[in-house]
Order: sequence, then C-alpha cells, then structure tokens
Amino acid sequence: MKMREFTGKTLRWEWLEGVVELTLDHAPANEIGTAMLAELEKFVASFESLAPETSVCIFVSAKKSVFSAGGDLRELYETAAAVPAKGRPAGVRAFLERIHAVMNAIDAAPFVTIAAVHGACLGGGLELALACDMIIADKMTRFAFPELRLGFIPGFGGIPRLKRDLGNAFIRDLLFTGRTVNAARAQAVGLIAQLAGEGEALRIARSTAAQITKYDAATRAAAKKFIKPIPYDELRREIDLFCELFTRPTVMAALKKFVEDSGPMPYLP
Amino acid sequence: MRTLEQTTQEVLDLAAKHFQLPSGSLAPDDDLFKKLGIDSLQTLEMLSRLESHFGIELPDYEVQGVSDFKTLAERIQSRL
Repeated sequence: MKMREFTGKTLRWEWLEGVVELTLDHAPANEIGTAMLAELEKFVASFESLAPETSVCIFVSAKKSVFSAGGDLRELYETAAAVPAKGRPAGVRAFLERIHAVMNAIDAAPFVTIAAVHGACLGGGLELALACDMIIADKMTRFAFPELRLGFIPGFGGIPRLKRDLGNAFIRDLLFTGRTVNAARAQAVGLIAQLAGEGEALRIARSTAAQITKYDAATRAAAKKFIKPIPYDELRREIDLFCELFTRPTVMAALKKFVEDSGPMPYLP
Repeated sequence: MRTLEQTTQEVLDLAAKHFQLPSGSLAPDDDLFKKLGIDSLQTLEMLSRLESHFGIELPDYEVQGVSDFKTLAERIQSRL
C-alpha cells in the first residue's frame, strides 16, 4: 500500500519531491515503546511502495530538547512488573524481535536514510540514528548509551552497529561509563557525518537530501549495499544476551529506581 | 589560563544568559538546580553549552552530585 502521508499517535511522515520526512512526535521525549514501534512497523512496511519514487528519508524530532530518549523504560518496567518473573524474558524477546526487524529494515532501506538529530539522542534513540546511513547533528546534541546503568546492554542493535562504524575506544567509553558525549566529539570519532548550527540540522539534512537525489538510484543502492553490510549474526546474539541479562532481579530494581528518579542525571547510577 | 574566579564568573554569566535571568542574579554558592529549576534534558543542554564555551569535555559523572556553581567551576577548571 502506498502511503505518501501518515499521521499517527507517535510519529508522522510526508513525501515531497523524492524525500520522505519522518517526524517523531511522542511526549515527553520520543520514547520508543509499543505505540511508536507499531507506527515504525507501518512505516517500514511502506518502503517497497515508496522506493521507486524516493531517494532519501530524513528522520527528525518535533520535540524541542530531544531527538529520542530511547526505549520506553516506564512501559518496559510496568509491563514486566505485571507478569511473573518467569514470563518476562518472552515478552522482552517478542518486543526486541519486532524492533530489530524495524531497525534492520531501516538499515537496509532502498533509499538513503539521514537522522537529523538535536538535543538528547540516547539509548534506543541513538540506535535508531545508527541504523540510518548518515547522522547530521545540531552542535548541541548529546549522545549516550546509558543501558549498563540498568543492568543490561543496548537492545535495539546498538553495539553491532557501533562496531560496524566506529573504533573500540569510543564504543567502550560510551558503554562502560554511560556518559553523554557532545556533537564535536561524536564528529571527531566519525559518528556524525555533518555538524549543524543550533536549530539547523533539518535544513542541512534537506539540503543534503537534495544533493543525494541527483545521483542515479541504482548506483546509489549498489554503493549502499557495498559499504554498509548488516551484522545480522551479532544482532541475533545481542537479543540473546539482552534477554539473558534481563532475567536478573537487579534489572527490575534498577528500572524501578530509574522510573522513580526525578534527578538531573537519571541515566547515571 | 583562566583563574578559578574567572571560570566561575563565566559559568554564572553563561547560566544567566541561557536561562534569561538578570545579570548578577546568580552567585557561586547558589544551588544551580534549585535556582535554575532545570530538568534532566536541560541539564544535558547546559553541559553542552559549558563544553562548547570552554572547549572541553566534561563527563557527566564528574559533575554528578555537584549542586553549586563554584564546585561546577572547579570541575571545569581541572579540564582547562
């Protein structure tokens, strides 16, 4: 089904002259839970029909201070707490299988994908950006993988995609400290393709998209396939490891503490 | 090389400008979270502004638990 426009509860997209803009718009911080997942699934299901007339897709956020704060940890905690401990891994695995299918589809999208990010780009939000072909970042953007604070690892494909694209020194710094890094640092290590002035990431992404549309679609697709292999084996192992770690009681305690934390740095232990 | 007093003043000026407070309304010993009333996303933004202004990286865990401008300035000073 061809869907050039869609407006859902958590996101919307619009096609214009060969470029699709997908806008995340889910209060408070574009958390990726079951509602956004379902609409992302709807979006990737439209790829095949959009592909013949689409050169670029831009992912952007409508929220002022955040691209995405990542997975919906409140929903994760409440959903897990509502079932017996023995039944939790199955629910988590089912969610991860679905979000991995979405991320893999975005990673392999039949057009160029650009994440135009600003503000906080954390956890699952960073994993969404990493699935894209390029990240264009507002200079005030901050990136982090705070998952170890909760007793698990990034679960939306973060580590395999970081390993594909970047050096181990930066990956280990991000993972083992959980700290946020600024856009200048992220550009220096190769995470960001282009650095934008404040409030300019979307404009620069549109300008970049206009340039990309000038090239032959088949050549562009061949180049993408050649330079961006998808690490399927590691992505499978990530799901297994996440589910294994999730069974520990410390995880539920950490999630509870996180959802109740109103301090200035809830992403740090 | 800035002195700690200069760094502290620049932190105060930066915070006042960003949060649109009157110049001189913030003091080194003020509790920055109470005085500015900022949430976690605004804290990240402030961290970016400080890093950009001073040309440094300031890991979050080094400012975790810091509540006053003077101590924040000391953490920045140690990275200059």
